[in-house]
Amino acid sequence: MSALIETRQLTRVLPETVPVTLVKDITLAIDEREFVAVTGPSGSGKSSLLYLLGLLDRPTAGTLTIGGRDAEPMNERERARTRLSMLGFVFQFHFLLPEFTARENVEIPMRKLGRLARPQMRERAGELLSSLGLGEHLDKRPDQLSGGQRQRVAVARSLANDPPLILADEPTGSLDSKSSEQVFAILENLVREGGKTVVAVTHDLDMAARMDRRIHIVDGKIG
Amino acid sequence: MPLIFDIALTHIAGRGRQTLVAVIGVAVGVGFSIAMAALMQGGQDDFVRQLVDTMPHVDITDEQRTARRQPAEDAFATVAISGLRPRDDRRGIINPTAATSWLESWIPGRFAASLKTQGVIRFSSREVGAAIIGIEPEREPGVSPIVGNFVEGSFSALAAGGNNVLIGDTMASRLGAGFGDTITAVSAEGLTRNFKIAGLFHTGTTARDEGEAYVLLKNAQILSARPNAINDIRIKLDDPDRAPAVAQRAEAELGYKAVAWQEANESILEALVVRNVIMYTVVGAIMLVAGFGIYNIISTITHEKARDIAIMKSLGFPESDMRRLFLLEGVAIGAAGSVLGGLLGVSMTYALSLVRFEIAATGQEMTRLPIAWSLTHYVIASAFALGSAAVAGYLPARRAARLNPVEIIRGAS
Ligand SMILES: Nc1ncnc2c1ncn2[C@@H]1O[C@H](COP(=O)(O)OP(=O)(O)O)[C@@H](O)[C@H]1O
Ligand SMILES: [Mg+2]
Repeated sequence: MSALIETRQLTRVLPETVPVTLVKDITLAIDEREFVAVTGPSGSGKSSLLYLLGLLDRPTAGTLTIGGRDAEPMNERERARTRLSMLGFVFQFHFLLPEFTARENVEIPMRKLGRLARPQMRERAGELLSSLGLGEHLDKRPDQLSGGQRQRVAVARSLANDPPLILADEPTGSLDSKSSEQVFAILENLVREGGKTVVAVTHDLDMAARMDRRIHIVDGKIG
Repeated sequence: MPLIFDIALTHIAGRGRQTLVAVIGVAVGVGFSIAMAALMQGGQDDFVRQLVDTMPHVDITDEQRTARRQPAEDAFATVAISGLRPRDDRRGIINPTAATSWLESWIPGRFAASLKTQGVIRFSSREVGAAIIGIEPEREPGVSPIVGNFVEGSFSALAAGGNNVLIGDTMASRLGAGFGDTITAVSAEGLTRNFKIAGLFHTGTTARDEGEAYVLLKNAQILSARPNAINDIRIKLDDPDRAPAVAQRAEAELGYKAVAWQEANESILEALVVRNVIMYTVVGAIMLVAGFGIYNIISTITHEKARDIAIMKSLGFPESDMRRLFLLEGVAIGAAGSVLGGLLGVSMTYALSLVRFEIAATGQEMTRLPIAWSLTHYVIASAFALGSAAVAGYLPARRAARLNPVEIIRGAS
């Protein structure tokens, strides 16, 4: 069985006057239903790796296949489409659209994909938010929510189109320990009960220890 | 509502005051353009209408466009003849009866034949040079510029027969003559004849009011010793726009120069075209300024929304969606401005149509500004506005679409 996402010698160099190597020769394979921690010191290239895995950035060398498909020949539109249907992002800061309510934010990727009818989208958004304990905050805008609540809305949004892979960049990095624990439990549950694959960058070694696998990055390389 | 539309609206609604300023900018541009166009078009229509009313739509005279070929030119290849003049100036339209009955058979309008000669009008010791025009009173009213403009007497006095003349009020005052006085007409041939002033007209056209004298055709023919002659056929058409075609056909058939009013006023009509070019240039300039307002707000929005653009791209919106989003925002402002500007245009045009003023020179005529109500003005102004809005929105939209989400996401965390 082929991996959900697979890289070979993945490298990203910024073409500055003095070239900056963000990620170097990373070869890895992540299967479905894996709960993977990406660890490493600050500035080691963890976020850069996540952007490459999420098709937000293009490698300067090496290959990447996602869902068995080579990402190299995809054009901008196909990459966007793949992000929309196969990937969910959760960043350290919530990155919600500020003018829209929690429910609308979750609906937006569904509306872009257009696979469901509008009433179903609304229903699904409500269910996702409720399952993350936000049933009472559906119609609140991001600035009316706490940090932990916003991060849970972001998780709900990443699940909107039921993608197989969730990429999280320090999802608990800006949260207090109680909210952190809550968000971590949600991610864990996505893998254990939801059948998702979650790749999460974390500084918290306790959390990393509770995950299936740890990929340690040092100076852009697996170390 | 489509998603992109939804997002576009929240963006512009989120910047209420600035959006309002941009919308008002477009609206003022559209409104003023419409009012200006209504005024300029109105003035032009009014001018052309007067032009068309006061002159024949087609004027057939006893001239030829090119000199008649001389026998010597046919006989000798090297002969060239120039500056040729007829022995005497007693030309005229040959066989006028045939010509008029042929015209009668197809002209979509009315016409009248006349004999126009130069002469002098004398009263007591004064003399005024005049065009003495012999007319047929039955036909003349259909083409005449003077029938409805009598200060004293009336046109029908001529039809009654006898030695009557109709002259303009200016000529009368220059002669010192009044209604009912008898004047003497002297033709170029030196013949004289007395006429009684049976009507005084005032058309407002100076050349006519001080230089034309109307008598019966028969009398003009006697005065110039040219029995049965006519030298001018004036045609009024039901549709003035058909004048060039009618002129062409008449000229081809009759062999005499037939001039349509458009040809006679070519330079004036050209000046009107230049006026229109100037008008559309001004409209374009106004819209350019309005476009800057739109460019400004869309640029501001794209800068402020850089984070949102990165979010949407990371969620899976392609660049084309981002371009469409901001282009739509520009066009939405342009559309709102067009609608508001249309209303403004209607009100300003209406207000202009209410303005009344006196013409200083005569002091007697109260006139309204000539206004043209035309849907075309609204369509053109809106099209200009939407076009400049699209351009103004597209430039920042394209820049926004190319934003690299990684840079923004990295910068924020
Ligand atoms: N545009 C850039 N120019 C120069 N250096 C950069 C740029 N972007 C990232 N870097 C550097 O690349 C390295 C990797 O960054 P990042 O992937 O964010 O690391 P991490 O997420 O592990 O903290 C860091 O040292 C960072 O300073
Ligand atoms: Mg990072």
